[in-house]
Amino acid sequence: MSLSQDQVRWVAHLARLELTDAEFDIMTRQLGAILDYVNQLQQVNTDGIAPLAHPLDIQNVFRADEPAPSLPVDAALANAPERRDNFYSVPAVLE
Amino acid sequence: MVERTASELAGLLARGAVTAEALTASCLQAIRQRDAAVRAFVHVDENGALEQARAVDAKRKRGAALGPLAGLPVAVKDVLCTAGQPTTCASKILQNFVPPYDAHVVTKLKQADAVILGKTNLDEFAMGSSTENSAYQVTRNPWDLERIPGGSSGGSAVAVAACEAPLALGTDTGGSVRLPASLCGIVGLKPTYGRVSRYGLIAYGSSLDQVGPFGHDVRDVALLLETIAGHDPRDSTCADRPVPAYTQTLEEPVKPLTLGVAREFFAAGLDGEVDMAVRAALKVYESLGAKLVDVSLPHTPYAIATYYLVATAEASSNLARYDGVHFGHRAATFSNLIDMTCRSRGEGFGAEVKRRIMLGTYALSSGYIDAYYLKALKVRRLIKNDFDEAFSKCDAIIGPTAPTPAFKIGEKVEDPLAMYLSDIYTISANLAGIAAISIPCGFSKSGLPIGLQILAAPFAEEKLLRIARMHEKETGWHSHRPKFS
Repeated sequence: MSLSQDQVRWVAHLARLELTDAEFDIMTRQLGAILDYVNQLQQVNTDGIAPLAHPLDIQNVFRADEPAPSLPVDAALANAPERRDNFYSVPAVLE
Repeated sequence: MVERTASELAGLLARGAVTAEALTASCLQAIRQRDAAVRAFVHVDENGALEQARAVDAKRKRGAALGPLAGLPVAVKDVLCTAGQPTTCASKILQNFVPPYDAHVVTKLKQADAVILGKTNLDEFAMGSSTENSAYQVTRNPWDLERIPGGSSGGSAVAVAACEAPLALGTDTGGSVRLPASLCGIVGLKPTYGRVSRYGLIAYGSSLDQVGPFGHDVRDVALLLETIAGHDPRDSTCADRPVPAYTQTLEEPVKPLTLGVAREFFAAGLDGEVDMAVRAALKVYESLGAKLVDVSLPHTPYAIATYYLVATAEASSNLARYDGVHFGHRAATFSNLIDMTCRSRGEGFGAEVKRRIMLGTYALSSGYIDAYYLKALKVRRLIKNDFDEAFSKCDAIIGPTAPTPAFKIGEKVEDPLAMYLSDIYTISANLAGIAAISIPCGFSKSGLPIGLQILAAPFAEEKLLRIARMHEKETGWHSHRPKFS
């Protein structure tokens, strides 16, 4: 199955990935080949089969809602590329 | 001394024949001598390791209670968080990341009085089968430095195989512990999904990821599994079930023993020497009284396609957290918030990670989710059903871990699909969530290790380890070590 460059650009936008033109060329070719390969799944009859998202047969796990210490602010912000006071700093969201 | 197993070293430490400090110093010296050639470690914590070792020696001296790994050096895959120590996932995007907390398994190692030597190389974000996808270095197979060690936990496997550390932790999402164990001639185990907490394991495919132990023999792997397994409320998928004392029952052979042989595990593309070594292992089990039965896993041929949709879909979601805001790389120049995220990710991620994020995003995108992601989840159930059916007829399934011995560095980097096919025999265990181990079962004529894979039902690790030990005791393939000049 071949993907168009436009489709690949749309997926890169959804994934928030900036790719170079050279990367787009390679990605378009390689994703097409991988999709050709995974398309073999269409041969499998899955009528009436429920999807299996998770191998363990477990349901929601609940715990008591009790306050406990959480990560101190400085520890949480220690890896931030940019901070201001007790906040993560980002460029303006509304322009 | 560094060539000994962890259990032998534990005996020496207990008898006072060696101190933890001397043992740690020997491992650090082995790293200094050998790691320039094999490049297993991305970060060695010399001072921290020696300090931990001295603390264990002091505890022993004053007669304090000691943990089960007291004084034993352990190498940790660099996808597991270590508080105050770099954790990079072998990615540029996490180049300067220092986690504020320890992964649950790292806490368990510390509580067991282990000595953490440092962090080992991997395919970036554990995505790969050769450890060539690291942003920092290529790890080499100690049996042939021109060849790959397998991946993605190649650094941890090589640390053990090259006798730089007696024990190591890896992670296994599609074979990332078993494949490098097989190609490096050591033992590696992927526990049942939910047997070990994933807290602090940096996520790739959350419904597939498990932390697994490496060692020179089955006993060492049992010892390490027994240390890291068990309930942790911080991972809601971590099973609340008791952990058997695996090392206590290890020497008891499983009798009667029925082993399943699946035709699908001897498919086209299986190397002739691997085929012969695995069939020799089947004979060993027969000589020990095991009954071999044919089992069928008819959906095995679809496992790779299923995996590369499920795992990449989960990855595209998990890796959305690298946004240039909270931690990790932020681009130096950008025009607005979205551009900042796109550029930071474009600069920070390597080619394979980008490929998988793209594939996963596509498989989840509007108009394609039914045909790709949901279809894969349905086939995943059929794969699991195959195993349930097979395990009703046998105690374990036996076959090769990898289709070939270690291939040459660079051989498959240009062809992602060929690389993905390295995982053909390991990947279905992750999709089904079952337990599986790789143990050495011979060498090719050119001296490359060959691994035997044994798969067992969920939470049957105790039986799995006993079955693996039966073969090991009879053959002794685990006692070979690569030569270093």
